[in-house]
Amino acid sequence: MTPRTVEMELSTPTLDARGSVRNVPLGVSRRPSESVNDDFGAERMLVNIGPQHPATHGVLRLVVELEGEAVKRVIPHIGYLHSGFEKLGEYRFYNQIIPLTDRTDYLSPMANNIALALAVEQLLGIEITERCRLLRVIACEMSRIISHLVWAGTTGIDLGAYTPFLWMFDQRERIYNLQEAWTGARLTTSVARVGGMMADIPDGWEDGLRGFLKTFPTTLREVDTMFTRNAIWCGRTQDVGVIGPEDAINYSLSGPMLRASGVAYDVRKDRPYLGYDEFDFDVPIGEHGDSYDRYRVRLEEMFQSVRIMEQAVERLRPGPVDVADPRVTLPPKSRAMSDMEAMIFHFKQVMEGIKVPAGEVYFGVENPKGELGYYFVSDGTAKPVRWRIRPPSFLNLASLPKLCEGALLSDVIAINASIDIVMGEIDR
Amino acid sequence: MTVAAGADGTFALLKEKFSAGALQSKVLCGQTIFAVANQDAHAILEWLQHDPAQRFNYLTDLTCVEYRDPELPLEVVYQLRSLDRKADLRVKIPLDPDGPLEVRSVVDLWQGADWLEREAWDMFGVKFTGHPDLRRILMWEGYSEGFPLRKSFPLRGHWSRAEQTRQALEANPEAYYSLEELSIAEAYHELPADVRERLAAAGKVLP
Repeated sequence: MTPRTVEMELSTPTLDARGSVRNVPLGVSRRPSESVNDDFGAERMLVNIGPQHPATHGVLRLVVELEGEAVKRVIPHIGYLHSGFEKLGEYRFYNQIIPLTDRTDYLSPMANNIALALAVEQLLGIEITERCRLLRVIACEMSRIISHLVWAGTTGIDLGAYTPFLWMFDQRERIYNLQEAWTGARLTTSVARVGGMMADIPDGWEDGLRGFLKTFPTTLREVDTMFTRNAIWCGRTQDVGVIGPEDAINYSLSGPMLRASGVAYDVRKDRPYLGYDEFDFDVPIGEHGDSYDRYRVRLEEMFQSVRIMEQAVERLRPGPVDVADPRVTLPPKSRAMSDMEAMIFHFKQVMEGIKVPAGEVYFGVENPKGELGYYFVSDGTAKPVRWRIRPPSFLNLASLPKLCEGALLSDVIAINASIDIVMGEIDR
Repeated sequence: MTVAAGADGTFALLKEKFSAGALQSKVLCGQTIFAVANQDAHAILEWLQHDPAQRFNYLTDLTCVEYRDPELPLEVVYQLRSLDRKADLRVKIPLDPDGPLEVRSVVDLWQGADWLEREAWDMFGVKFTGHPDLRRILMWEGYSEGFPLRKSFPLRGHWSRAEQTRQALEANPEAYYSLEELSIAEAYHELPADVRERLAAAGKVLP
């Protein structure tokens, strides 16, 4: 293809101040008699999407190589939100790491807090109390619902549906109110502690949760009516971003991304933690591995989360939340102020942290985005040698170039939305 | 957590097949860990993935660990999982932290290793030979302060804030991207003269 000189009149109709159509030049710099490539159809073009673009769901930058409208290559650039959490964790006591986990996947902070506590508890070899376990199950499932609600709402906006976004944020607000009543924070909850929770739920909180569980499925069914057989929604998501089961496994996908491809793997079922095996719930599995199946899987997961929470709240009995081990959990404030022994433990724990025996553990939990894993290496001191986060959306996003093979530019937005990424977790 | 069923049996098989390559096997917190030698690591991982009795088809995670004790090796850690057998296995390659940090890439076995290896390179400086595109991933391409997660790297970095700011201002991002990538090819003639000079210095001029 040789460049040649052509006379160009590039113009686009637009309106002047009085509303009548007039012509203005499209490219200001392009003067007549300039050297340009005439063969636009065959020319490849690079398009930057992001890092500041609402459809990239955070500070993700995609360099897309286009031939016409067909995508030839997608190169994701990440790292804009890198904060060095893993390095910071090596300089902190285990309980001090919990606020960092809030800020990784900030759409499901409670689930991250609990994953960290579970990992350290396995390293310490302690058993949590029954009430604590049920509260954690409730917290994890609340996180799943708010995360999936944000996902469905923002994906709807990406594909042109605005109203469901408002319904979902309305419902999400109700969970945020519950989280606020419990922890005092809406986003940065820091709800878990090693060996327990930061606080028991306040009086009447269960009734608030029951109220939510009663009315929330109605909204979900409305969303189902709105989306599932909607011609535009189906057209934009069906057979878009397809990945088969073998590839999904080979790309280390997890969570709804993996299950939408037909791989029945859910950490809650296959390596049960928090006694998930005692709960009666189903794991939805897709069959086509496209964006539409990912939507179906996430929608059904929200119904299942409601089922799990209903069972958990029924089983909730009064009792202690923290384990009765003064080396791990703080004594109640009243005792710390009146009992010498309790005050010493309080002081030692705050000043010296929890001593964790030397060893290492990988603990994986089923987070809304996929399998979140915390890998701790301890050398017997109160601070970890290594704290590794296995971020589910990092690995899911790594499959984006594969998912976008043969897609159109508009599909890139739909595919990227269907992965459900959160940059805080990807960049850490 | 599921313990790799018959993990000791697996290690005995490994010893049989790769006598010198299989170094050690231990169980910590109910999780099985194998240490393997660097030169046989790729063959061992391939065997673990493909052997019909092992079928570790899922690479859960790939990372590195450096200990505070400088006598201990720097380890490259693979978390493997067999989805059908519901078994887990952690494979470690001990490396000398002062020696050359070079490991064969496993992207040919698990595509998921692509970004994980880039991150391990970015954070620890472990070179994965045979990786198709080993670039920094979380830090930017021109980052020259070192490898942040190494123990020799101070928490606040090697350089002072003033030095970091100076370097950032001196950085020439245009040198790393093409004009098309920067989306400025169209507007080249409207760019300020100093930006055009910088671009020219990086050898980027429109014909």
